[in-house]
Amino acid sequence: MTAFATGPAAGFIDPVHAAQRVFSALMRAMAEPGRVQPLASDLVPPAPLSPELAAVALALLDYETPVWLDAALAASPQVAAFLRFHTGAPVVADPGKARFAFFADGQSLPPFQAFAQGEPDNPDRSTTLVVAVARFEAEPLTLAGPGIDGTRGFGAVPLPVDFAARLEANGSAFPLGVDLILCAPGAVAALPRTVRPVAHPSVRA
Amino acid sequence: MTAETVTTPAPNGAEPPAIRYNFAYLDEQTKRMIRRAILKAIAIPGYQVPFAGREMPMPYGWGTGGVQVTAAILGACDVLKVIDQGSDDTTNAVAIRSFFETTAGVATTTRTADATVIQTRHRIPETPLKAGQVLVFQVPIPEPLRFLEPRETETRRLHGLGDYGLIHVKLYEDIARHGHIATTYAYPVTVNGRYVMDPSPIPKFDNPKMHMSPALQLFGAGREKRIYAVPPFTPVVPLDFEDHPFAVQHFAEPCALCGGQGVYLDEVILDDAGGRMFVCSDTDYCATRQGEGHTGRMSAPYAAPPATAATGAEPPIAASGSGDRP
Repeated sequence: MTAFATGPAAGFIDPVHAAQRVFSALMRAMAEPGRVQPLASDLVPPAPLSPELAAVALALLDYETPVWLDAALAASPQVAAFLRFHTGAPVVADPGKARFAFFADGQSLPPFQAFAQGEPDNPDRSTTLVVAVARFEAEPLTLAGPGIDGTRGFGAVPLPVDFAARLEANGSAFPLGVDLILCAPGAVAALPRTVRPVAHPSVRA
Repeated sequence: MTAETVTTPAPNGAEPPAIRYNFAYLDEQTKRMIRRAILKAIAIPGYQVPFAGREMPMPYGWGTGGVQVTAAILGACDVLKVIDQGSDDTTNAVAIRSFFETTAGVATTTRTADATVIQTRHRIPETPLKAGQVLVFQVPIPEPLRFLEPRETETRRLHGLGDYGLIHVKLYEDIARHGHIATTYAYPVTVNGRYVMDPSPIPKFDNPKMHMSPALQLFGAGREKRIYAVPPFTPVVPLDFEDHPFAVQHFAEPCALCGGQGVYLDEVILDDAGGRMFVCSDTDYCATRQGEGHTGRMSAPYAAPPATAATGAEPPIAASGSGDRP
């Protein structure tokens, strides 16, 4: 981290193909909700920005995408400098104005309603939440929806305790709602607004 | 703009070309913009996401939307197949395939099973697609309600409200006029029970292939500047009525070259005396079957049937002949 004396940490070594590989993982993750895709990142961003969050930022952000940072990320001037230098994305304080929102900690997700939900005529104008988690698991959620052949077990640590209820509420507003990208070390999974948590088969009456 | 460029291989050791393009032609900011639109399109299946479509080095109507989507998703390791009405060797397919060979240097194929990205104009391959494959459609008019309601503000509102009465009236008028639903291509579908979508001008024969397909389907409309998507394993249901259920076309005879049945056939006029043949629209499927030894009514060696063909009667299959094909 001595590089901060001279400037922000380096971006992708191979910007064109690295951005394509990150996008390809995101596209497949979004197309198959809850399925964990490998995501290799050679970035060494300033803490608390994880290498995977940084890879998603550099692959998707530019001057067209206002970005909102959670308290941990916003507290670090190096993170803001890193994102500003490599993407040029304006950092906004109002979560409702952000196209993307980044979270260093999945535990402290604010209510999804704080972010842009899209408009009935333009549901694509909603925020994409990019959340760092420690790891993925195959429970406790059972997901269904487009991109899932039947159901798929999914879980991530840490997430809010009421995460299933939030997903349910987010999906019930379809076509409005936010889309989530979850990043663990070396892996990514997505939960678009189409995904629905279903009761576990063993619980069903 | 970036350090990465692709050099066209100079033939015969000649001077390298003066113009070099970024990988897959588009600049990186354009790719990011298209990629963001693709992610939102996947998250809202069937909804048309506006995007800032660029001018491409080909006219509108030649697949500029599909080319931009392909350019945004293509990676160095991808294997690209391009088809035009099922054919790998027509002008549009050859031009777009060579465009990406030149600007991206990616491997190309005509084999459906070997491709990771398939750009298509107006067909879905006969070989069932696999998980992990991406099918990119070229779309001329993305809005299924456009010919019923010309105002974009109104059609967006109708989609927002899920008000699709208009398009059902259109199908009903088909029945009133023709006795059946006469729409045979660009047959509207409902995606995941919400958005009505134009599947691009594929024959309605191909509509069932979109339903719960394991492949990701992306749609790009260049002139109209819209991108939309159908994720894998997503219900895609053609609109119909209980007493006039959706049904696909059936062909009376198999492919004349490979004997394939249950596939989409093109009619080829052979002479000015009523002679005709039906062959697979999907050239890769037909060539693969012929390579496996399947033959059709007009496979070589073939002798032109006697005059009965001109009357429209079913000609007898020639057992042997001189070998000259029509």
